[in-house]
Amino acid sequence: MIIKGKVHKFSDDINTDDIIAAKYLVSTDAQELGKHCMETINPAFSQAVSPGDIIVAGNNFGCGSSREHAPLAIKGCGVSAVIAKSFAAIFFRNAINIGLPFLESEDVDKINNGDIVEIDLATGVINNITQNKQFKTQAFPEFLQQIVECGGLINYIKRGAQNV
Amino acid sequence: MSYTIAEKILLKHSGQKSIRPGEFIQAKVDVALANDITAPLAISEFKKSGFKKVFSKDKIVLVPDHFAPAKDLKSANQCKILADFAKEQGIKNYFEIGCMGIEHALLPEKGIVLPGDLVIGADSHTCTYGALGAYATGMGSTDLARAYIDGKCWLKVPASIKFIYKGKLNKWVGGKDLILYTIGQIGVDGALYKVMEFSGPVIRKLGMDDRFSMSNMAIEAGARAGLIEPDEKTKKYVAGFKRKPKFYYSDKDASYEKIYEWDVTKLEPQVSCPHLPSNTKPVNSLKNIKIDQAVIGSCTNGRISDLRIAASLLKGRKVAKGVKLIIFPATQKIYLQAVKEGLAEIFVRAGGVFSTPTCGPCLGGHMGILADGEVAIATTNRNFLGRMGSPKSFVYLSNPAVAAASAITGRITHPDKI
Repeated sequence: MIIKGKVHKFSDDINTDDIIAAKYLVSTDAQELGKHCMETINPAFSQAVSPGDIIVAGNNFGCGSSREHAPLAIKGCGVSAVIAKSFAAIFFRNAINIGLPFLESEDVDKINNGDIVEIDLATGVINNITQNKQFKTQAFPEFLQQIVECGGLINYIKRGAQNV
Repeated sequence: MSYTIAEKILLKHSGQKSIRPGEFIQAKVDVALANDITAPLAISEFKKSGFKKVFSKDKIVLVPDHFAPAKDLKSANQCKILADFAKEQGIKNYFEIGCMGIEHALLPEKGIVLPGDLVIGADSHTCTYGALGAYATGMGSTDLARAYIDGKCWLKVPASIKFIYKGKLNKWVGGKDLILYTIGQIGVDGALYKVMEFSGPVIRKLGMDDRFSMSNMAIEAGARAGLIEPDEKTKKYVAGFKRKPKFYYSDKDASYEKIYEWDVTKLEPQVSCPHLPSNTKPVNSLKNIKIDQAVIGSCTNGRISDLRIAASLLKGRKVAKGVKLIIFPATQKIYLQAVKEGLAEIFVRAGGVFSTPTCGPCLGGHMGILADGEVAIATTNRNFLGRMGSPKSFVYLSNPAVAAASAITGRITHPDKI
């Protein structure tokens, strides 16, 4: 799976309250949640996103709550993938389970806000088109790739493929 | 092969012959929990899947606690989804207001989670039950929907980190201070993807309420779970419940990714300053920090011993002028106990609000939202920017004694100064 988009850069420890504040958890609709994505730390964010854009962040992205509304809000505002140095564990599994693509990379410092980046989930290659630089990171384990390819965990289970 | 307590529980539930950190497993769950924020999404995913009946009527738990009693129409509709689904599926463990409580205090109290269990919850503080010697971990709504279908979950077996606490705790220092100190030492991602195992003579002396406070905040260091090996206190706590516990212990030669050992004899009450739980400082180092609100309660510190500590300071005293004190016991049982012991009267006479059980104020839901520029001291577990309301507000985390003392003086205060 190849994904290409403009980069929106964030710092370390972006938490789920930053991604979607609790007051909006009275909806489970991705589009509705998307309107308020990152509102606490950047009220203009959802307006600034064009479909296909990519979030690039530091360590521990998605820390805090288990709210699946967080990856849903990211998807709902049009973001196609997230690259971070590391992800908080619950966010990591929520993103996989709902089929939001992401990669872990130590090289995010070499990506600037506004760069155009292309990522290949199967190989783990990140291509910074703006700067003409390529980084290799670890591809998803096969089991997780299968879930993402099925479009999420429930489809994966329905296909009866639950044996690791 | 040698295993930690966490690995033993996961091994047992995986049905495999052996297990190693980093490995993906499919495991059977004993309890699958969700609340009024996360269950609606799980239920809609379950319904979309085309499966008609949940895997078990006994192992699914639904607790409307976050925006309950319903704070507005949208919340009411979300809560109703839980009630309707419980009725439709014959789910036994649905707790309506009046018999509900904050999920992570309620489930141990009711004997729904027991030592040795594998518990998944669509709530990050599901790790609380690690205090019983259960493997309990937060997941998302889709994980819950999957568990509703086949009673299983996927897991990547985490490596464990051991924390050994030695020495003797000072007065006013408890489980909350130990965990705030620990997170301050290792950072909010200091145990990312790992299991924290709390041990040592200090842990053995802690009561169950303090142990729950510690395990509750394992997630704030990024951990998947925070376990404490069972002992006589655990056994006494779970004695008498219908379902029987299974006690697991770490092997002496089990392997840990890291071992931390601290003498906590000189530890003061700890306060985590805005806007991260790892921004921890001893209370006496904080000078002249005025507060507008003090919040005592939550799944971290809303248990009876927490309320007793707060009442011991508030008895016969008044909350400082201009300070709002909100006390919310975690369950109806705790609420009733606080009434019987006269704690509720102490709180009301001091000028505090004694609330029905709810997660409300902790996550900026309802029942005590912070305004622009307001400062709160709270016995809750998160002080992220805007967590309790306005993005321009400030949250300090502490134990119940510090919160009560601060409510009395109007600024962050060591309880010894009361």
